[in-house]
Amino acid sequence: MSALRIKKGSTSHSAYNLRPTFSDVQERHTLALLVENEAGVLARVIGLFSGRGYNIESLTVAEVDHDNALSRITVVTVGTPQVIEQIKAQLGRIVPVRDVHDLTVEGPAVERELALIKVSGAGDKRIEALRLAEIFRANVVDSTLESFVFEMTGASDKIDAFCELMRPLGLQEIARTGVAAMSRGSA
Amino acid sequence: MANMTGAQMVVKALKDQGVEVIFGYPGGAVLPIYDEIFQQNDIRHILVRHEQAAVHAAEGYARSTGKPGVALVTSGPGATNAVTGLTDALMDSIPIVVLSGQVPTFMIGSDAFQEADTVGITRPCTKHNWLVKETDALADTLHEAFHVCTNGRPGPVLVDIPKDVQFASGTYKAPGKADIGHYQPRLKGDPEAIEQMVALMETAERPVFYTGGGVINSGPAASQLLREFVAETGFPITSTLMGLGCYPASGEAWLGMLGMHGLYEANMAMHGCDLMINIGARFDDRITGRLDAFSPESKKIHVDIDPSSINKVVKADVPILGDVAHVLEDALRIWKSRGRKTNKEGLQKWWAQIEQWKQVECLKFKQEGAVIKPQYAVQRLEELTKGMDRYISTEVGQHQMWAAQYLGFEDPNRWMTSGGLGTMGYGFPASVGIQVAHPDALVVNVAGEASWLMNMQEMGTAVQYRLPVKQFILNNERLGMVRQWQELLHGERYSHSWSDALPDFVKLAEAFGAKGIICSDPNDLDDAIMEMIKHDGPVIFDCLVTKHENCFPMIPSGKAHNEMLLGEADTQGVIDAKGSVLV
Ligand SMILES: Cc1cc2nc3c(=O)[nH]c(=O)nc-3n(C[C@H](O)[C@H](O)[C@H](O)COP(=O)(O)OP(=O)(O)OC[C@H]3O[C@@H](n4cnc5c(N)ncnc54)[C@H](O)[C@@H]3O)c2cc1C
Ligand SMILES: Cc1ncc(C[n+]2csc(CCOP(=O)(O)OP(=O)(O)O)c2C)c(N)n1
Repeated sequence: MSALRIKKGSTSHSAYNLRPTFSDVQERHTLALLVENEAGVLARVIGLFSGRGYNIESLTVAEVDHDNALSRITVVTVGTPQVIEQIKAQLGRIVPVRDVHDLTVEGPAVERELALIKVSGAGDKRIEALRLAEIFRANVVDSTLESFVFEMTGASDKIDAFCELMRPLGLQEIARTGVAAMSRGSA
Repeated sequence: MANMTGAQMVVKALKDQGVEVIFGYPGGAVLPIYDEIFQQNDIRHILVRHEQAAVHAAEGYARSTGKPGVALVTSGPGATNAVTGLTDALMDSIPIVVLSGQVPTFMIGSDAFQEADTVGITRPCTKHNWLVKETDALADTLHEAFHVCTNGRPGPVLVDIPKDVQFASGTYKAPGKADIGHYQPRLKGDPEAIEQMVALMETAERPVFYTGGGVINSGPAASQLLREFVAETGFPITSTLMGLGCYPASGEAWLGMLGMHGLYEANMAMHGCDLMINIGARFDDRITGRLDAFSPESKKIHVDIDPSSINKVVKADVPILGDVAHVLEDALRIWKSRGRKTNKEGLQKWWAQIEQWKQVECLKFKQEGAVIKPQYAVQRLEELTKGMDRYISTEVGQHQMWAAQYLGFEDPNRWMTSGGLGTMGYGFPASVGIQVAHPDALVVNVAGEASWLMNMQEMGTAVQYRLPVKQFILNNERLGMVRQWQELLHGERYSHSWSDALPDFVKLAEAFGAKGIICSDPNDLDDAIMEMIKHDGPVIFDCLVTKHENCFPMIPSGKAHNEMLLGEADTQGVIDAKGSVLV
């Protein structure tokens, strides 16, 4: 029997290359998980994303119910609708995950992030930074003669915009918390 | 609520969970538990010769009984040796509980002797795992472990128990009293979806049941209900490698296994159907072939207990989340109450078409010449053992596929094979676990010589416990499945696919105190097989077979169901570069 005309040195990729995606559109979704606050639960969530090749754009976690030892994890992820569905199903299957909510599809939600932004400079640049901070409602939480640390809370794109403006004005350092999100209304 | 040490709790919890046997291997970090095992007679401990084998044996035990299998290993290397078995059980949804010892809590993180981050290492290869840091939490955790591993989609769990937790005293809680957490998957399917399913079944012209391991997982009632549904509707049925036995091979509607090495009629029916009824199967890539050409004209019903299986690779038109037995019970009831309707005319034509496909006789082969063909060996094994109380395990490779094709399974839980992970070395220890569970049954491991060598140390276990497991080795002196791919995909460049320097299997058996049989002449085969069956003890059967046999039918990677290769003549130039990157 003859060789099957495979070119020598044809490289191997993954077996999953031939998977047709149901739709190619990439969507950004914010997921809120309620998890039992046991050792390793965050590692399980993160391991799921890395192990299965999903994206994490932002992730925040903190205990929200001390008595019942429950934490809330907010994950912002990007994928095709099918991948997003898989992510939710896979998250739901982790034993200590109690609840998975897709805030992006479950109706309007508010999303906020907190950032600390250090800008240093002198003269006009310093004055301009302060002026812009006022427009963006960023607070000065530390100042020296050469620098400011601004604190701002807002939607992620607003923080992005502010950081971009600070770049030419002496941006030194950014610390961001990642997104915390919640559905609007009473439910 | 009694006060006792952690080690006592382990043994007590196992007893309370109905565990009769555990497979294990001792070491420093589990000595307190071994001490307790020594002082009781309710739980039998089987000393394996390698921790991987302990886990596979537990899998064989679990799959052949429907009960969870239990393995006990020490910290560090004991736990890391268990990883392959855990991954195997995860991929095939097998309920097992692995207990591992750990260094004392106050030494964790200090690179102590035989310390490994066992929960970290096994997190992605278990359904869930726990490190128990206090003796008072041990009973809850052990009972939760059994609850999680057997409920919903079954899978392996691991409980890591530091040595000081085993020594310390605490309060034991019985199963009914323990806090087993919130894990409670849904069993009942959505009635509306089931109604839709029935409606589609009433009008379908070319329906097919595509069944899988989920039917076996769901328990004997699921197989019973499935059989009734098939008999009532007259729909054809196929099954994955993992589902064999859920419908009897002698049944009228049986099409045989489907998939990469499945039967022509099964794959053509999947390709041409207008209604696919997936019961507990997961659209594995061995089944679907090229996805954009997979069963293009069918509506798809998908019954599965795991939401992540649904719409993962193939979009379901009617997804039904629930347990197979529960869903089938409701579906059958609704179908009956709506008047037991099927599209008789359509079905008649469909069966006529299927009969034509069957004429192809895709499993036909000719035993000629002086050398035994592997297909012939399996066929003779089937003929000589089919009426018996028989359990089969396999290793991984061509022999596994031939076993799936040429053996017939009449009942669930009779067929144990490593499907998802494809673990060479699975079959022998699995056969040990099966034989422990069914001491009087005939247990045969259909093996390839290369796979079998991977866990051959278990001969010691088989001999020590007088387990009469039959190791039926189809010896082609090749890593046959690899050789086949190299022939078809890599220009016949047989890179390292020989089994060189093989042992003399008869002498090897004798060295362990077991019986060895060698057979090379087709005329002697029946007698030799009978000799193997009749021998009351473990046997290594070295069946010398043709060396370059390929396994057909075969759907090459990246091809559609109707592009199947039926024999050598079909193989010219079929797999393109895109297909060759697939595994
Ligand atoms: C060399 C080799 C070749 C192979 N070739 C083939 C081949 O030709 N054909 C083939 O079929 N396979 C083949 N396999 C096996 C293949 O890799 C897969 O393991 C197999 O096809 C998966 O079977 P399954 O779809 O039944 O799923 P399983 O892995 O058995 O999964 C069961 C599914 O049922 C669900 N489930 C579990 N419990 C329940 C319940 N109580 N109720 C409802 N749903 C439940 C699970 O969530 C899961 O989705 C091969 C393997 C090897 C190693
Ligand atoms: C642990 C492990 N390593 C490697 C492989 C890849 N592999 C699949 S089949 C096979 C050859 C098996 O040879 P043998 O057991 O002799 O069976 P045969 O195919 O000849 O029947 C190999 C190496 C595997 N499945 N598992």
